[in-house]
Amino acid sequence: MSNSTQTTIEKVNATLERRYAKERRFRKMGIAAIAIGLLFVVLLFVSIISKGHSAFWQTHIKLDIEFSAELLDIGDRRDIETLSTANYAALTKASLKAIFPEVDQRKGRRMLYKMISIGAPYLLREMVINDPTLIGSHQTVWLPADDDIDMLVKEQTDRNLPESSRRLNDKVIGWVDQLMARGAVEKLFNTTFFTAGDSREPELAGIGGAITGSLYTLLVALLLAFPIGVATAIYLEEFAPTNRWTDMIEVNINNLAAVPSIVFGLLGLALFINLAGLPRSAPLVGGLVLTLMTLPTIIIASRAALKSVPPSIREAAMGIGASKMQTIFHHVLPLAMPGMLTGTIIGMAQALGETAPLLMIGMVAFVVDIPGGPLDPSTVLPVQIFLWADSPERAFLERTSAAIMVLLAFLIFMNLIAVLLRKRFEQQR
Amino acid sequence: MLAMNNLIEERQQPVSTEFTGTVGDISISNPRMTTRNVDVHYGDKHAIMDVSLDIGRHEVLSLIGPSGCGKSTFLRCLNRMNDTIDICRVTGQIKLDDQDIYDKNLDVVPLRAQVGMVFQKPNPFPKSIYDNIAYGPRIHGLAEDQTELDGIVEGSLHRAGLWDEVKDRLHQPGTGLSGGQQQRLCIARTIAVSPEVILMDEPCSALDPIATAKIEALIDELRQNFTIVIVTHSMQQAARVSQRTAYFHLGRLIEVGQTEDIFTNPQHKLTEDYITGRFG
Ligand SMILES: Nc1ncnc2c1ncn2[C@@H]1O[C@H](COP(=O)(O)OP(=O)(O)OP(=O)(O)O)[C@@H](O)[C@H]1O
Ligand SMILES: [Mg+2]
Repeated sequence: MSNSTQTTIEKVNATLERRYAKERRFRKMGIAAIAIGLLFVVLLFVSIISKGHSAFWQTHIKLDIEFSAELLDIGDRRDIETLSTANYAALTKASLKAIFPEVDQRKGRRMLYKMISIGAPYLLREMVINDPTLIGSHQTVWLPADDDIDMLVKEQTDRNLPESSRRLNDKVIGWVDQLMARGAVEKLFNTTFFTAGDSREPELAGIGGAITGSLYTLLVALLLAFPIGVATAIYLEEFAPTNRWTDMIEVNINNLAAVPSIVFGLLGLALFINLAGLPRSAPLVGGLVLTLMTLPTIIIASRAALKSVPPSIREAAMGIGASKMQTIFHHVLPLAMPGMLTGTIIGMAQALGETAPLLMIGMVAFVVDIPGGPLDPSTVLPVQIFLWADSPERAFLERTSAAIMVLLAFLIFMNLIAVLLRKRFEQQR
Repeated sequence: MLAMNNLIEERQQPVSTEFTGTVGDISISNPRMTTRNVDVHYGDKHAIMDVSLDIGRHEVLSLIGPSGCGKSTFLRCLNRMNDTIDICRVTGQIKLDDQDIYDKNLDVVPLRAQVGMVFQKPNPFPKSIYDNIAYGPRIHGLAEDQTELDGIVEGSLHRAGLWDEVKDRLHQPGTGLSGGQQQRLCIARTIAVSPEVILMDEPCSALDPIATAKIEALIDELRQNFTIVIVTHSMQQAARVSQRTAYFHLGRLIEVGQTEDIFTNPQHKLTEDYITGRFG
């Protein structure tokens, strides 16, 4: 032994430097890994927010509307039926004509009228139906502009392109500039985006329908997956004998967790729609499919939660004569519940972001109406994003990003709850 | 090995470490529990071999022996706690009074209400002190109304010597008590169900001498009403609290007798080696 003259402490000291260097290296690697992860998250957020934030504002044009019975072509009648079918487009047209009297050709007029969203007449109709006394009066009304105008005002259209490769010609741009100079163009908060269903017109499209669809779908999935998942976990963990059958069930459950989600969509299509005859595109079917998909997650998380309950608690309960059921329901379950809920929330967050299986069961349909129940045709938030991302209109681009922001907000919210639950759980211990 | 043999030969009395049946009187008159020819297997592992032993009324019986000799296993047979271990198989006869507790038709719930257990590690429920004690009486329907339940809780805490320390915080979590207090809470929880027999598996192993002394005093007092079987690694403790002592070795009951006799005049070589500290 060459270093037998060294004392123990000298030997220890000799290794210290290397040990600390190793530790420092490891720490640096950890920090680097986190930094890279954070960088991507920040990039994602920056790109989405920078693209999407403008969708929360919508260009509106101020028009002086004369609610004239003559233009509406309704005479003296004021019943709902008449008011619903009156010619409200005539009102906006008359107002625009009054602002730009010099435009007199048909073609020019058509371009002029197109500056206002084709949804504007419906807004006017709503105003009149809510308050028929408006008829005969003059009102200043802010109406949504067409999406091309919106893009121009938000400076997302390049004015310097040659006229032929622009969606707006010089004339229209000139009108917009005139209106802006008069203070008749303003970006207002885009409530439509949150309340409306889908639409071919970006300025009328919203995620209201998709959010409602998502909520119904998640509700169905939660109501089914949570009780079934927890009951399965309790049975497997506490009651099932360990034999080949339960081993096989366990392997299968773990396998299911890894099955690509589109397979669940195909299964749902074959089982719920073709066999059971449930309606296509319905949140009920979507919920059923997502139940199949999230069950393994919930079962695995719940079993882990049950396993993590210290055996001493079970022994304590049984030692004073609690039956098995009492032991589980009075002592084990309350301790396992936060873990089970965390698993469920993570499963639900997964389900909220799931697209592929829902495409298979027809939730990819173009749905204008807000679904009124779990049987109505509807779409969900991620599918809506998928649909919009595919649309050619520039204005859908920012709406896609805005919808992603809303989806991310929901996901962050759900994961936050999961973290808070876990915190509470750890405090209890 | 040679050296050890020489040592043995130098001695007069017990010379053989061979096992030729339990030394001492396994049976007593009017026992509370009787066990006959009990064998326990954990899968292939033969953990308890042919043990027969009586447990008397109002006596404290201590089980001693080196680690892994099967004391806990034997203790857990007495209230069928071993049922919770899948691979555990118990054969032989164990009776509480005249009831065979391994009878197929016997319900373990009332059995465990009659034969309570205190564990090595204090294991209070993560509930309030009050609920810890009240849980047993509640599930067994021992109290007619709230006042009676309050009475049981207070009485049990008094007997466990914990009342004065916790009377002002009955509704705070039991897990917030010190280790010794938690163990006394667990004892109070066990006696709240008024069992006939209390099994204690190294109840003081996690406690300091003061807490240990309190629990030993408590055991002595509880003997008036209960039968107590206690597993302990401390021979002083066995000597202090028990009337009879049973010495286990590698799954066999080597020797049993009055505690005094066991400690002053062991008959079997293995027992002697153990209590004189030459083993384990
Ligand atoms: N759950 C189990 N599964 C398999 N073998 C077990 C189990 N519990 C105990 N054993 C075995 O049974 C034998 C007796 O164990 P037991 O716990 O009864 O010993 P003990 O005398 O209580 O020891 P200690 O003083 O260390 O607590 C040991 O050899 C142990 O390995
Ligand atoms: Mg033990």
